[in-house]
Amino acid sequence: MSKQDKVVVAQHDTNRGTLASYVTGYIFSIYLTFAAYLMVYNHLFSNIVLTTVIVILALVQFIVQVLFFLHLGRETKPRWKLAVMLFMIMVVLILVGGSLWIMSNLNTRMTPQQMNNYMNNQQGL
Amino acid sequence: MSATATVVDDNSDKPILGFWIYLMTDCVLFASLFATYAVLYNNTAGGPSGFQLFNLKNVLAETLILLTSSFTCGLAMLAAHKGDRDRTLAWFGVSFLLGIAFLALELTEFRHFVQTGNSWRRSGFLSAFFTLVGTHGLHITVGLTWMVTLMVQVFRRGLTRATIRRLTMLSMFWHFLDIIWIFIFTIVYLRGAIAP
Repeated sequence: MSKQDKVVVAQHDTNRGTLASYVTGYIFSIYLTFAAYLMVYNHLFSNIVLTTVIVILALVQFIVQVLFFLHLGRETKPRWKLAVMLFMIMVVLILVGGSLWIMSNLNTRMTPQQMNNYMNNQQGL
Repeated sequence: MSATATVVDDNSDKPILGFWIYLMTDCVLFASLFATYAVLYNNTAGGPSGFQLFNLKNVLAETLILLTSSFTCGLAMLAAHKGDRDRTLAWFGVSFLLGIAFLALELTEFRHFVQTGNSWRRSGFLSAFFTLVGTHGLHITVGLTWMVTLMVQVFRRGLTRATIRRLTMLSMFWHFLDIIWIFIFTIVYLRGAIAP
């Protein structure tokens, strides 16, 4: 019986939070959400600065929730979850960055007239 | 004895890791929808932009509701690990109701857009908007269905090792959806509200 208990404890140890971790994560997240919201609501900075700041706040909240809600920091070695997440981040950066790069490039190199001609020529293919 | 414990520990962590890998691939799905949205952001085809459409207060309410739901889901997991079945069910019940409230607000917003002639057929921007936010809403719907199923299971079978493992996966899914929502809140709604 005591062996059984021990195993169950070990089983979910790395996936388990504490009350303190959930409360901390919740308070931080609320704080970051309101910070971003109020900055935009009151239009505190110029457009570019404001966009940059809210994206940074979102990334901070991402890290907060991954650590305090998903407990990634409690993972023991080998850190497979972390490895998979880093790979995901790489794929996401290539996917989003690449798409925006290619599409903005097409946008600047092609006039609307060229685009219309291209689309007319390609019809029926 | 410690060797046996290690083996069991290793085996039982595999489903969790597998589920984690699924969540990461789901992030890639959302990333492609975010990229599509960013590309089509200015293609309003003479229709309204996000600046004209979005109601920030409504979105802030949605954000806080989903965040609180994520938090109470964490409290439910703490109760589950302590073996307190009633409290587990109560906290998951709260998470469920908050999830329903979130979904209701989102669907009200969608219905308002469609009724004022701004459905997904209006412009490339709105197609991308409905696809991105709608996919998240669909995930929430699946999560709520899963939550009810597991609550019934916990009610009937109690907190066994199997039900706790399933609850762990559900809570990971629920926290993950809140993380995706941070980016929808920031990139779709707040960025949309910055400039016309």
